[in-house]
Amino acid sequence: MTDAAELREIMSSEGEAVGVNTRGFNRGRYESTARLPDYEQLKTEARTIKEDAIERLPALVDQLRTTIESNGGTVYVADDADDANRYVREVVADRGASRVAKSKSMTSEEIEVNDALEADGVDVVETDLGEWVLQVADEAPSHIVAPAIHKSREAIADLFNERFDPEEPLETAEELTRFARDHLGELVDDAEVGMTGANFITADTGTLALVTSEGNARKTVAGTDTQIAVAGVEKVVPSVEDLRPFVELIGRSGTGQDITSYVSLLTPPVGTPTVDFADDETPLSELDADREFHLVLIDNGRMAMRDDEELKETLYCIRCSACSNSCANFQEVGGHAFGGETYSGGIATGWETGIEGLDTAAEFNDLCTGCTRCVNACPVGIDIPWINTVVRDRINRSDGERFDFLVDGLTPDAEGREDDDGGSPPLGKRFFGNFETVAKLGSATAPLSNWVADTGLARRAMDRVLGIDPRRELPSFERETLVEWFADRDATVDDPVRRAVLYPDLYTNHVQVERGKAAVRVLEALGVDVVVPPAPSSGRAPLSQGMIATARDHAERVTDALLPHVDDGREVVVIEPSDHALFEREYERLLPAERHDRLRANSYEVLEYVYGLLENGASADALAEGAGERVAYHGHCQQRTLGGDAYTTAVLERRGFDVATSDVECCGMAGSFGYKRDYYEVSVAAGEELAAQFTADDTEDRTVVASGTSCLDQLDHLLDRESRHPVQLLDDRSEERNVR
Amino acid sequence: MSATPVETLVSSLGSLDVPVERTPPEGFDEALAPHLGSPAVGVSLDGAGVSLAGTDVTVDPTPAELKAAHTGVTTGAFAVADYGSVVIPSAADGTELVSLYVDRHVAVVDARDVLPGMEAAFDRFGETIRADGLSAIVATGPSATADMGALVRGAHGPSDVRVVLVERGDGGAERAGDGSDETTGDESGTERGGDDR
Repeated sequence: MTDAAELREIMSSEGEAVGVNTRGFNRGRYESTARLPDYEQLKTEARTIKEDAIERLPALVDQLRTTIESNGGTVYVADDADDANRYVREVVADRGASRVAKSKSMTSEEIEVNDALEADGVDVVETDLGEWVLQVADEAPSHIVAPAIHKSREAIADLFNERFDPEEPLETAEELTRFARDHLGELVDDAEVGMTGANFITADTGTLALVTSEGNARKTVAGTDTQIAVAGVEKVVPSVEDLRPFVELIGRSGTGQDITSYVSLLTPPVGTPTVDFADDETPLSELDADREFHLVLIDNGRMAMRDDEELKETLYCIRCSACSNSCANFQEVGGHAFGGETYSGGIATGWETGIEGLDTAAEFNDLCTGCTRCVNACPVGIDIPWINTVVRDRINRSDGERFDFLVDGLTPDAEGREDDDGGSPPLGKRFFGNFETVAKLGSATAPLSNWVADTGLARRAMDRVLGIDPRRELPSFERETLVEWFADRDATVDDPVRRAVLYPDLYTNHVQVERGKAAVRVLEALGVDVVVPPAPSSGRAPLSQGMIATARDHAERVTDALLPHVDDGREVVVIEPSDHALFEREYERLLPAERHDRLRANSYEVLEYVYGLLENGASADALAEGAGERVAYHGHCQQRTLGGDAYTTAVLERRGFDVATSDVECCGMAGSFGYKRDYYEVSVAAGEELAAQFTADDTEDRTVVASGTSCLDQLDHLLDRESRHPVQLLDDRSEERNVR
Repeated sequence: MSATPVETLVSSLGSLDVPVERTPPEGFDEALAPHLGSPAVGVSLDGAGVSLAGTDVTVDPTPAELKAAHTGVTTGAFAVADYGSVVIPSAADGTELVSLYVDRHVAVVDARDVLPGMEAAFDRFGETIRADGLSAIVATGPSATADMGALVRGAHGPSDVRVVLVERGDGGAERAGDGSDETTGDESGTERGGDDR
């Protein structure tokens, strides 16, 4: 696992360039996809095509082989990297080639074909300018689409000036590009073999689709007489028409381009004549197009992924980079930290697990916090956070023997109950995963628990044993929980318009009790009969630690507690958006469909519920008036993935608040993530992006409002002014409106 | 109020900063002239129903002439209005080379070959490729990269793309039959250095 010192070093040297570029791509994605009227429909089509293609993959590969061979090309399906490289080396040797020109291909990075060819004395030239920068610098890609994204213009200029000592030092991007083009152009003209990847390959025609912008892939193919295409076996799609949604989605989803400069549709043998630029006698039309074509399809673990129900979705990935660019953590650290041997970003956990193994995925998997901002960004709808959760669970079970003896009793989880042969999560993960136990103990012994927890001795022990960063404030437990407070109250609504059960989530019940009281008062003011029964915690905490069995146990007990109220005609209202999102999304993975459907269909985030009440005729006058109060609102990441933040904004504006919203993907706190010693600084760096938006000229005087517990913790940590939950703004009778 | 494919194409090319010229066949030579750098090479424009015979363009150049050329003139098999894309076939006459190894590419497109969007384009690709095994480049704006720290137009391919649309008197009704043969292409390009991932 990458530790705090390594992450600090990477952020310091690469963070700024990575941040500027990925945030630019991410903004571009929003703008470009908004210009596509049938965006959602194309995503659905793309997903359907991939599901079908992976389902039928063996048959499609057979069809593709027949097609390409009947066109005079060859297809080689390589079991692994060595097998692929052996074949490529043979082709290059048979051609007698001394130079191979390459266009960018992540799959060729995966098999490390350059090393294999160079060992044979073959000169391999990367022609993509970003890849070439890395070849000169001897560095690895930090991003699957823009490989040198971590290098600034200045750093590239320094590199070229030092390595090539040009007559005039290079400085601008134009100068650097011209230099690289001229230098590479001569090398490509002399290459005998061109090696490309492929974004997609159609089984019906044997057509390779290459999505590029520089023109180097075109020259790699048109300027050589032997083409080797290296591609993962999952790149095969049934037909040419199937390319359409991908061509419309891939650039928009990745770098925010409606389309890249070139989409090459190559159906070998390519008819373009082969040329020797020294030839000053033969017209182009009289030259031959005598070309060889080899397609090397790489398995390297993919067919086994296809048989793994949890990893299979990874094979739908079209390598667009949306999950990297939309990730708050990736934006801070880049692919050198948030990546494995070859792939980077959220989906890399799936790729690296399937190709390299759990150990490689374990190096970076914890950088996915499950914020879900990549889920809607993914053009093929892969549940990337779930893949990360599953892999984390497998990692927990594969190396958990440490500490087990220490946590018996303190951590009443289901990890290890389910399978006796497996391991269990390390202590820090179990602590955060079982936070319910801690919170119950905390409230029962408050304020003593808060006072003890804040002592230097206790913080040092937490740091050492549990990995809790001493720079973070700990939650302060309330002696009286929300459930206890409510039990002592008399009902205030005689003739209710609706009946609701308010779910006492862990944080509202034990820590942020005031927002819970405000929610009760707001609902009652709108004519809702409310109950707040005891209920288990949601399972969000264990799920975030990859403790799926424990989370499932929570999910079952939560539905046991809530569904009887649903059957009794009550609707479930949830304050904590991460728990509401859990009911909506992840419980689908944990519960029988019928129970999940009933819970989901009847659950509402509290401001969503308020919005619904107002839309159905409840009088907004019962709520506090905004009177133009200027607020800065940060919607919770998982809430925004479900589209729920819009209700909060709508309700606040309806009550006369002047609302400005953040547009960062995530506050960076993400439950336990920001508490962990190894990740504290990454968390704060991500949080600073949000803090900066709320300390700008137009926002610095605004009341800070956020929906999620984590977001509120992070904002309180980083801002001088206090933050609160939106329902507290609407609570006319709150004695402590300014304190959460 | 819905725009015709040609109007949409002109608008898309405008937002790509690709100059576009609309001309009847008889005005082609004059329309092309301002877009030619020197030396200029080209391939036959039969597919667009016009000829380079009356221009300063060297038709069917040698590789050495191509390498020395500033401007390359080719046809575009068809164009995709929504994106401002021109389809360049990898034909035996060297169309792709002429569109690629030059500083400026001028694509000549018959206005009847302007398709509205990618759905129509890929329907046509499907028919054509299954029938003839065609290879082609969907080119949108000039070649470009952002790998050197800022967006630069002109990476390995042309830095400058122009489109000449040949419009006939019948208002540019779509050409009957289609889906069969080639034409030539143009290209163009937008921004950052994506690529095969």
